[in-house]
Amino acid sequence: MKKIIVLCIVILSIYSCSKSSESSTNEEEYTPTPVNLEIPTIFQQFLPAPTIPANNPLTQEGIDLGRKLFYEPILSGDGTQACASCHIQINSFTDPRQFSVGIDGSVGTRNAMPIFNVAWSINQKFFWDGRAHSVENQALGPVENPIEMKNTWSNAVSSIQATQDYPDLFKKAFGSPNITKDFVVKAIAQFERTLISGNAPFDRYLMGDSDAVSQSVINGFNVFMDPERGDCFHCHGSDTNPLWTDNKFHNNGMDETFTDKGLGDITGDPLDFGKFKSPSLRNLAYTAPYMHDGRFATLEEVINHYSEGLVYSETIDPLMKFVAQGGVHLTLEEKIDLKAFLLSLSEDAFITNPNFQNPN
Amino acid sequence: MKNIAFYLLAATLFIGCSTKDKKELQSFPITFKFTQNWDGSDFTVANFGQYNYTNQHGETLSVTKLRYLISKIVLTRTNGEKIEIPGYQLVDLSDASTLVFNPNFPILEGDFNKISFVYGFNEEDNQDGAYPDLNAANWNWPSQLGGGYHFMQFEGKYLDANDEPQPYAYHNGTAKVSEGVFEQNYVSFNFNKNFSINQAGEIEIKMNIAEWFKNPNTWDLNTFNVTLMPNYQAQKMMQENAATVFSIGEITIFYDE
Repeated sequence: MKKIIVLCIVILSIYSCSKSSESSTNEEEYTPTPVNLEIPTIFQQFLPAPTIPANNPLTQEGIDLGRKLFYEPILSGDGTQACASCHIQINSFTDPRQFSVGIDGSVGTRNAMPIFNVAWSINQKFFWDGRAHSVENQALGPVENPIEMKNTWSNAVSSIQATQDYPDLFKKAFGSPNITKDFVVKAIAQFERTLISGNAPFDRYLMGDSDAVSQSVINGFNVFMDPERGDCFHCHGSDTNPLWTDNKFHNNGMDETFTDKGLGDITGDPLDFGKFKSPSLRNLAYTAPYMHDGRFATLEEVINHYSEGLVYSETIDPLMKFVAQGGVHLTLEEKIDLKAFLLSLSEDAFITNPNFQNPN
Repeated sequence: MKNIAFYLLAATLFIGCSTKDKKELQSFPITFKFTQNWDGSDFTVANFGQYNYTNQHGETLSVTKLRYLISKIVLTRTNGEKIEIPGYQLVDLSDASTLVFNPNFPILEGDFNKISFVYGFNEEDNQDGAYPDLNAANWNWPSQLGGGYHFMQFEGKYLDANDEPQPYAYHNGTAKVSEGVFEQNYVSFNFNKNFSINQAGEIEIKMNIAEWFKNPNTWDLNTFNVTLMPNYQAQKMMQENAATVFSIGEITIFYDE
C-alpha cells in the first residue's frame, strides 16, 4: 500500500512539474510587439524619457486594444458611454461641455481634463485633484464613478469577456484570454501614453522655423515670460519646458471660499484647500471651457481673470500678485498678444490624427 | 646553486610579506543630507503655512514653498586632492525624496579637510535648458533675465503694517543688470572640516532660513516682496545674504554593526 502511495505522489509530482514547465514555456513563447513612442523633437531636446511602468510596457497589441476599449461603451453601466464620450479627440480629449454628463443624466462638478503627454506627468498625479497616482490608476476611476459610467468593474469585465472578439485581443496583448480589470486599465493606459502632442507652430518656431509664428505670438511669449507682466511661466512651462505645465497644484485666485477644495479634499491639509492641477497650455484652441470647473468660456475671460479678476483666499499662490488690485492689469495689446501666443501651442494634427480615432 | 635558491626563497617571502602588509584601499558611498532651520529650530514641510517666524526687520511671515539648488560638491583630501561629486540636487521641502542626495559615487577612503559646493549653478553649468529633469521640474530662469535656472524659490506670506497677509516670492538666479546685460549670481562655499571616510557615511548641509533676511542686508519684505527676479538690487542682496545661510552639520559614518 505504501508503495502505491509513494508511486502516486511521484507520478503526480512529475505531472505537475511537466504541466508547470509547459505553461511557462507557453508564456515565454508569447511576445507582443514592443513599441517605442514617437517622441517630438522638442521633447527629445528638453525633457526626460517618458515614464513607462516596467509592469506595463508598450506593445502594439496593447495599444490597439486600449484604443478599442477607450471607445467602448459596454464599459458603462447601460452600455451607452465610453471614455471617449467625455474625452473627445477633436477637443484634445476633453469635453466641450462645462460639466460632463453621466449615463443617467447625472452632472459632474468639474470640467473633464484633456488627455495628452501623460507619460511626462512627472509626479504622476492625475485628475484636477491629483487623486490618481498613475495613468493606470486614473483609468480605474470613471467606470465605477456614480455620476459617470456607473458600472461595477466585475460587470464591465464580464461584458467584455462575453464578446466575441475581446478575449482574443486580450490574449494577443497580455497572453491570456481571461480578462481582468487590471488588463483593461493597462491597455487603456498604453493607448493614452501614445496621445502625444508636441508639434504646434510655437514648437516649430523654437526648433528654428522663424516663419512658424507671427510677431504678435512672439510678443505674447514675452508677456508670458515677463515676471512684471504675465509671469505665467512659473506654473505653465516655458521655451525649455515644452510640457507647458509644472504638473503641480495651485490656488490661482478664483474664489474667496471653496465649495470644491480640490487637492485639499484628497490630502485633508488646509494648506491644500482650493488647489488644482495646472493644466498644460497646449491645444487651448480646442479645450474650452477653461479652469477646473469650466467657468470661463473663452481665453479672453481666462486672461482677464489673471489680469484683473484675482480674489484673495488663504491658500492663494504667492505668485498671484497684486491681488488687492485684482492682478497685474495687462494692456489690451498685451492681452491680444498673449492670446495669440497661447493659441500657437495648439496642434491641428493632434486632434485629427487617425491613430487616435475610433477603431470600432 | 644553494645561494640562488636561498635568494629566491627570501625574495618570495619578502614579496609575500609586503603584499600582506599593504592594505588595499576601499571606496565607500557618501550621501548628502539637506536640513533647514530657522535660527537653530528645525524647519520642515510640517512648518509650512505657520506665521511663527519673524525676520530681522520685524515682519511675521509664513513659508509655503522652499526649493533650492546645490551643485558642484567637492571634498578635498588632506593631501590637496579634490574629489568632485558628479550631479546636482534640487532640494524641495515638499518632496522628502529630495532631502538626501545620493550621487552613487563611491569615494576612496582617506582623510579630508574641506567641503565645498555651489549654491545654484556656476557660470559654466548654468546653461539654458541643459538639464531635462530640471526643465520638467519647471526650474528654468527666463532667458530674458539671463537664462539658465533658478537657484532658489522661497515663497510665502508676511503680515504688513495692517496685519494683512501679503505674498512674497524670494526667487534667486542670474541678475539682470540692464537689457541684454547679465551678472552671475551664484555663491561658492568652502568649509574647513576635518573628517575621515572609512565607511559609508552622510554629510549634512544646513540652511538657516532666517539668514536670508539678515546678513549683511536686513531684508524689508514691505519693500522687497514679489517681482524680485528682474530686480538687480534684490538679486545682489540675495547673493550677499546667501553667504551666511549654509553650513556643514553632522558628518555621520554608518559603521558596520
